[in-house]
This record gives sequence, structure tokens and C-alpha cells, in this order.
Amino acid sequence: MRREPPRTLADYAPLAFPAIMLVVFFVIPFSTMIAVSFFRRQQGGFYTPDFVLDNYARFLSAFFGGVLGFSLMLAVMVAVICVSIGFPFTYLLTKASRRAQIVWLVCILSVLSLSEVIIGFAWSTLFSRTAGITNLLVAVGLMAEPRALLPGFGAVLTGMVYQALPYTILVLYPSLVRLDPTLLEAARTLGASPLRGFFNIIVPAQRNTIVATLIMVFVFALGCYLLPQILGRPQHWTLSVLITDQAIYQSNMPFAAAMAVFLVLISLALVGLTLLIGGTGRQHHDA
Amino acid sequence: MAQDLLNRKQNMSGLSIEGVSKTFGTFRAVDDITLHVPHGTFVCMLGPSGCGKTTLLRMIAGLEEPSAGRIVIDGEDITPVPTHKRNLGMVFQSLALFPHLTVGENIAYPLRIRGVARAQQRQRVEELLALIHLPGFADRPVSKLSGGQRQRVAIARALALSPRLFLLDEPLSALDAKLREAMQVELRQLQERLGITTIVVTHDQREAMTMADLVVVMGEGRIRQAASPIEIYRRPADAFVAGFIGSTNLLPVEVDRAGRAVVLGQAIPDLALPAGMSRGLVSIRPEDVRLQPPGDGAIRGRVSFIRDLGGTIETFVEAGGSTIVAVTTPRERDDIAAGTEIGVILPAEACVVLEE
Repeated sequence: MRREPPRTLADYAPLAFPAIMLVVFFVIPFSTMIAVSFFRRQQGGFYTPDFVLDNYARFLSAFFGGVLGFSLMLAVMVAVICVSIGFPFTYLLTKASRRAQIVWLVCILSVLSLSEVIIGFAWSTLFSRTAGITNLLVAVGLMAEPRALLPGFGAVLTGMVYQALPYTILVLYPSLVRLDPTLLEAARTLGASPLRGFFNIIVPAQRNTIVATLIMVFVFALGCYLLPQILGRPQHWTLSVLITDQAIYQSNMPFAAAMAVFLVLISLALVGLTLLIGGTGRQHHDA
Repeated sequence: MAQDLLNRKQNMSGLSIEGVSKTFGTFRAVDDITLHVPHGTFVCMLGPSGCGKTTLLRMIAGLEEPSAGRIVIDGEDITPVPTHKRNLGMVFQSLALFPHLTVGENIAYPLRIRGVARAQQRQRVEELLALIHLPGFADRPVSKLSGGQRQRVAIARALALSPRLFLLDEPLSALDAKLREAMQVELRQLQERLGITTIVVTHDQREAMTMADLVVVMGEGRIRQAASPIEIYRRPADAFVAGFIGSTNLLPVEVDRAGRAVVLGQAIPDLALPAGMSRGLVSIRPEDVRLQPPGDGAIRGRVSFIRDLGGTIETFVEAGGSTIVAVTTPRERDDIAAGTEIGVILPAEACVVLEE
């Protein structure tokens, strides 16, 4: 492996392919979207090149502000719940036998193969009154009669956590599997119960991983637009749902683009803030 | 009466390992070990990898559960006590310093767990840093330390609560040879000053010889010999111990019709085999082997190789199908060249007879 920084243009050659891909499939479409967000909408679904701020102005209303706030809140909740469940789970998974680890990882990967639509309809069945899990609770006598658990906020949250949890675990796994097992043992010999050692040694030692995973799940949840429609009421619709609605059903591309740009900017700001808070601590993690 | 009580108390103080075994599946990692370590003793558990020494140490720490037997400290059976209530200090092979904490925070961790006041924590950290010769290091991140400094911090952290037992698992294996030797001496001096019962697991016999009051040689999950370093060196219990501690010559010995002990065709005067034993092995350290011109009473051989290390000279002698190594200092040795016919004398008082 070479260690010295690249000097000549030829040294950068291996970067050419990914750079081109990035430009063609990310920079150009995203720039187009930014451009469209300033275009003027024509009646009938078309738009003409222009530079107007109407699309952004329309967005600055209490209604869209509320939706944006709800979307961010939902994404933050999904991220926090996923990491709270996923981190201890993944940690215990890395302590299990190799065989058990493989079985679990294959099961988790298979959940990834389910599309958002299938997850949505599976949960809508599970939460229904006629065939849902409440029937089981009635059968064991915990509930008087079955009832529908959807549409509702809880249903939306459950569906999104279910969808994001496999990603969370797969992102946490490589880092936790490399974690030195003697760290917790050392904490135990120094007088910390295993639970205490987990919270004040393992969790802080993995802070960078946790912050990175929170950001990933947050961004992932922010883009989710089917589950809120299937499992929630209109007040549970996220900004992504409204963008889809504007772009596809209302044929208002400039407004949809403006909302998308706004969403990207807000999420970038939040990610930046998280890194700032997470990174102002000590930087000497890697030995 | 008072004397009797004192005796009993002395018997109770220290660490007792009573019939401890550990099996993983069908593999017996530790096989029925019984050992008493008096209070304040420095013990080195020595053996090749896979001999069960680390497993035994982890059982003392409570990180593994014994399959059988019990572990007693100062008369108290600690076998069912969880690790965090055993009050011991342990240094791991990886050192296991907490990467997100500073040197001071690492050392203060056990104090913090027990809710010691901040000012007292600070004071104890300063004390310990002085003890390990790293004053003023409290606020440094552990990732900025050198190998030897990390080593010392791990030791200080383990000693922060003045534990009743100090356990170290291959503590010096990550250091380079020179630093390792210096740390061995330092560790021993530290232990003497604190008078703490200490158990070190190592595969380095020099380390064991330097530091230990009591060397426990382990092989295949059992104790092969437990004695002082010099006793182990001078009187190894079997061929395994003789071969593991230092280098040795292991030569076949048998009793001839006249009742004399014969090694490589030469009777060794004053050497006697235990009663009922007709053949065995003789272990003799290279520095005890004497070389002289061929003649009566000497094993006849031919010098095959000479390794001149400056401070010592190793002479390899081929005799009767065996190789005998003799170590001398340059001053006491006459000029011998490879290929010379030579006589080898094995002084009986330096020979240890072992079972085959």
C-alpha cells in the first residue's frame, strides 16, 4: 500500500470513474432539481424556465411548517428508537456463537429484501381489527375485544422502525464485532456491574458509531413516503408524502422541487448540528 | 492457644485454589488444580499457550466460572461472587484502557463507580501517577501514550482501590525486549513496596525468574511444578519443566549390572537413581557441563559447533548419538575448535534424574 499523498494527475486516475458516476447520477439531477425549484409553473402541468421565489414563498406557511416539523420529529424518533433497540441487540449478537450470528444476520438481511409496500400492507393486516395481533391478545385474555390499531401515529412509527432496524443493525455490526471484549471485562474487574459497564464504557467508546448510525437512520426515515400513507392518517403524512403528491398527482414540479431542496437543506443542517455536538467532545477515539 | 489461632489465621490469609477444573465441551482446559498462595506472594504462572494458565487466572477474576472446585480468598469462598464484587485489580494483555477517557479518568474509574468524592479521586490519581513515575499525565488522552506508558496506566488503574489481589495476564508481551526487562524489575519493586498478592500469567520464563517468589509451571491443564524459581531451575520435577525453564541437556541414563548410573556409556560416580528405577533421563544445565581433554572418566565426544555470543560461549558436543551443550565464559575456556575430540564431565551434584 502506498502511503504518500497523490501528486500527479495520473495518481488521481482511479478516482475518475466514481467521480463521473457521481456527477452524472447525483450532481446533474440534483442541480436540475434546484433549477426547477425556481421555475414558473404553467397551468396544465408544465413549467417554464424563470427565476421566481414563489415556490419557496408558498412553502413558508404554517401548514407546511407543521408538516416539516412532524417529518423531522418522526425521523428523529425512528432514529433514536432504532439505535436504542439496535445497539444492545447488536452488542449481544456479537457475543453469540458464530452459528447464531449467521442465522440472525441472514434473517435480518431477508427483511431488507421486503419492499416498503409489502411491509406497509403486512403491518396494516397485523394492526387490523379482523386479523390483527389484538385477536391474539383477546385469545389469551388480555383484551376484551379485538380493535384496529391503525391508522395512527403508533402504527406509522412501528412500521418505520421495523423497516429501518435491519439497516441500523447492519451498520452497527462491523464496529461492534471489532470492539475489544476485554473493555467490559476490565470495567467488571474495576467494580462495575455488567450493565453499568455497558452504559459507561461500551456506549461512550462507540460514540462515533452511534452518532453515524443515528444520522443514517434519520436520513433514511426522512425519505420514507409510503408507510405514513398506508398506516397513518393525513395528519401523519410526512413532507416526503406531500412532495410525492405535488410532483405526481398535482403535477407541480417546481413546488415539489422547492420542498425537496428545503428538506435537503434542513436535514443537512441537522446532520451538521449533530456532528458538531457529537464531535466537540474528545477526538482521540482511535488508538 | 494464641499461637494456634495465629497459625490458623496465617493459613487462611492469601488465595486458595481448591480442586478447580474448567471444561469447554470435552476439552479439559484446567484439570483439578489445587494451590495455596500465601498473602503478599508474587506468583508467576508459566506454561506454553493452551496450558490453561489464562483460564485459571480468569476463573480467579470471576470472568469464567469453574466447572468444579472453589476459590477462597482470606478464608472467604468467592466462587459464587460476581467479578465486580471481588475487589481485585486486573491488567489485561490488551491493557483494555478505556479509549474515551483520559489517563486520570481511566485511573479514577473504579473510584467513580464507588462514588468517591471528586477531590479524593483527584488526590488518589496523583498518588498513583507518582507511583508509576508518570506525574502530571492525568489530563492526557490514552491514545497519545507510548506502549510503556499505557502499560503503567493499566497497572495504576488496577491498583487504584488497593485490591486484595492483583492479576496480570501476559502484561508485558506487547513491549519490546528492553522495555520488558525494565518493566519486570519495576513491577517486582512495586509489588514488594505494596505487599500485594500478585499473580502474573506469562509464557516467558525469564519474566518468571525475574519477578516471582513462586513459579507455577503448567502443562495440559495441570500444575507440573510449583516452587521457588531457583528450585524449579535446579530441581525440575520432570522433563517438561526442565525443558521449559531455561535450556537443559536431557540425556538417557541407565543402571548397569554393577549398580552404577551410566550416561552415554560412561559411569557417573556418585550419581544414584531412585530405588526401583533402572532407566530414566538426566537433566543437566549447560553451565554445569565441564569440558576437558579426552580421558578416563569423561564421556568421549566431538565438538560439532561453537556459538560464540561474546559474553558466553556455547559448545555443542556430539556424543553417542546425543548433543550435549556446554556454556562457559570466554575466560574459563581453552581454545577448542569444531571437530576436536573432547571429554565431557557431568558433575553428579548438578544432575537431576527424571522419569522418562
